[in-house]
Amino acid sequence: MNILYFLVGCSLLMAVIFLLAFFWASKTGQHEDTCTPAIRILLDDDLKKTDEDQV
Amino acid sequence: MAHTIETETCYHCGQDVAGHDFQNDGKLFCCQGCQSVYELLQSNQLCSYYAFNTAPGKNRRSGESAAYLSDEKIAARLLDYQDEKQSKVTLFIPGIHCSSCIWLLEGLHRLDAGILHARTDFLKREIKITFNHHRTSLKKIIDLLESVGYPPLVNLQDVVKENNQKTDDKLIRKIAFAGFCMGNVMLFSFPEYFGLSPFEGNLKIMFSYLNLALSFAVVFYCGRDFFTSALAGIRQKQVNLDTPLALIILTLFLRTVFEIITATGPGFADTLTGLIFLLLMGRYTRQRSYRHLSFNRDYRSYFPLAVTTLSGDEENVKAVSDLQTGDRIRIRSGELVPADAVLLTGEAFLDMSFVTGESAPVQRAAGAVVYAGSRQTAGPIELEIVKPVQLSYLMSLWNDARLPSGKMARSFNDRIAAAFSIVVVVLAACSGIFWYAAGDAGRAWAALTAVIIVACPCVLALSTPFTLSAVLAVFDKHGFYLKSTDTAEQLAKCSEVVFDKTGTLTTGRGQKLSFSQPLTAAETGWISALAACSLHPVSRYLHSHIPAGKKTEVTAYKEVPGMGISGTVNGHEVAIGNTAWVFGTDATQQSDQTQILIDGIYKGGFRFSPDWRADISSLTNALKNGRGLHVLSGDTSRDQQELQKLLPAGTVMRFQASPHDKQDYIAALQQRGKKVMMLGDGLNDAGALRQSDFGIAVTEDVNSFSPGCHAIIRAEALDRLPQFIRLAADASRIIRMSFVISSLYNCVGLYFALQGTLYPLVAAVLMPLSTLTIIIFTSLAVRICARKLGLSI
Repeated sequence: MNILYFLVGCSLLMAVIFLLAFFWASKTGQHEDTCTPAIRILLDDDLKKTDEDQV
Repeated sequence: MAHTIETETCYHCGQDVAGHDFQNDGKLFCCQGCQSVYELLQSNQLCSYYAFNTAPGKNRRSGESAAYLSDEKIAARLLDYQDEKQSKVTLFIPGIHCSSCIWLLEGLHRLDAGILHARTDFLKREIKITFNHHRTSLKKIIDLLESVGYPPLVNLQDVVKENNQKTDDKLIRKIAFAGFCMGNVMLFSFPEYFGLSPFEGNLKIMFSYLNLALSFAVVFYCGRDFFTSALAGIRQKQVNLDTPLALIILTLFLRTVFEIITATGPGFADTLTGLIFLLLMGRYTRQRSYRHLSFNRDYRSYFPLAVTTLSGDEENVKAVSDLQTGDRIRIRSGELVPADAVLLTGEAFLDMSFVTGESAPVQRAAGAVVYAGSRQTAGPIELEIVKPVQLSYLMSLWNDARLPSGKMARSFNDRIAAAFSIVVVVLAACSGIFWYAAGDAGRAWAALTAVIIVACPCVLALSTPFTLSAVLAVFDKHGFYLKSTDTAEQLAKCSEVVFDKTGTLTTGRGQKLSFSQPLTAAETGWISALAACSLHPVSRYLHSHIPAGKKTEVTAYKEVPGMGISGTVNGHEVAIGNTAWVFGTDATQQSDQTQILIDGIYKGGFRFSPDWRADISSLTNALKNGRGLHVLSGDTSRDQQELQKLLPAGTVMRFQASPHDKQDYIAALQQRGKKVMMLGDGLNDAGALRQSDFGIAVTEDVNSFSPGCHAIIRAEALDRLPQFIRLAADASRIIRMSFVISSLYNCVGLYFALQGTLYPLVAAVLMPLSTLTIIIFTSLAVRICARKLGLSI
């Protein structure tokens, strides 16, 4: 059952990594604006080209 | 020469287009402004702006000049950050309204190579711009924003920066950490509950000490606030809700440490971490706020950042906050006078609605004192400052020391927490003494701590925030935004309701213009063109309400003060004025309307009447129920009779009330022991809103400026206010009911605790179970109550 010591250590380490990832996300402001990115992703950068094609 | 009027819409802003005066590439525009935005975008291949939405632009009104930004000291105040290479600025742009706006604003670097990066925040209507200040300047950027139709709003109070101060960042980090520990502690506790065989003793010790380490971190990092708050309360000889909570956390922790170190039991690490996690969640829910709304605006939000000063013949710009007595300033049409001043030259037609509440402009002669907050409506004037901005008449509303603002009645929670603590301590002591007297010292210690653990007012700490936040969510859906959950408790308690008139009972658009006979568009255009020549308040209103036709020419203009105006517009003789003037007789019959004569033919008259909100009768009648109603208006009593017809009998009305009068009126009501709710809209109500127990700002657009208040309500939601108040009353009933439910759980726990046989697993199950019950109960109950009141989610 000694493998448990290793597994417990692993699970704690994983959890700490996720926790740090959350801290990083909140520090860089990813939870601040939850509205604009949802709109931004729908805007294509190269709409311009299709415009020119039509012309 | 009759030309047909087309009803096509502008390609840029979507407004109706009359005529084909402005067109480009076969696209019609309503004005030069819209066309020039299109041309600018087109020359930069940015026309996909129009592909995302039809007519995404906004019609540009004459923008204020941002000349003061060329002054580096003033511009530097706006910057968030500056180093050798780049500067960062955050600007509030009220015009942001659709995805095209985001696309265009974030592509600003295509129009100005000096802009490195632009990010918009749609809800807040803000844009963060990073730019290279060697290649461009703040002034150029703001000019660019204006030229594409997105003028930023820059004011003396930098709401943008004040709102950006992060407050709940720490709390979120604590919640995350507590959640992390709780999850792990629960996992490590399972082996103990399922039972370990004797030869796995080492594992058991490892899990226990891991639990101890994690709960140590939770108590001293996440739970620190409870101890500091409890200590502060004790120092002020007041028991708040945090006092019993801190006691319980401490008891849980000490017993866990004791049991693990002496190896006498598994300890309560899972209950402890779970408790702190849930308590922090409750705190977070209570602090929930609207990040895109600002409730703390004061007069500075209405004031410009800088004004034009004169020294000799030279024009300079100076920051408003640096103005000193004796400075000479120039105010142009539409600008605010920033400080109390004496009028030197120019014709002053001042809109004093901020200062006195009276909406009709008044004329002032040279030598008169002009108060800060007056808006010039005619040509440029020159003034000399007599008092600095902070000492002005209007500002004294904010500097009044007697304001009880921020002072809240003790909430239901705090009152009950005191009683609760006493009962728990007495009960715990009794059980301890009982078992000690029975000769079982070990059990006495176990019972004493168990009673404290089980009696946890956790549910009490959670039911209020969860109930009120559910209520806030309902309000939010229906256009009513509360500053915080704490204010919701105050809402139901108000016994007096005070209304402002203009902008609250009437629409914000001011006066409604009605003609007694229908006129053609051309005729109203002539009338407007004629009115544009006059400085008389009625003429100015008239002109601002109907657009002048294009290419109008007024000749033979004549104005007789107190009578009327006449002139020849595009070859037609037009006369506007009172009955005697228009008909050239001394007609005896009085008429309250202004008469119109075109080419000698009587065309009826027009009048301005207040544009009452549609449902104020039903609203006030519903509010009347057991409450006193009052109307305070800065205007003259000209609308009194009409108001009396609309409002229920017994409504108290006061006219010509200055902002100070309004504030005093509310203070007087409060001195009689009344709780006062105030509804207002403008800066002239700001003092009253702050003085009142519950100030509601009525607004057509929640992103526009509203004075400091407890809540913001959309104008169209005003008729649902009685239902909102009833829901708030229901909420306090729900909180009391959830308290009863939580007591039932406490009784079950006490049954084990008093016998000194509380096994950690029971506590670990009871606590989350009771919490879950309460969360489900409160949110369901609020929904049911809301649905009954017709406020569905």
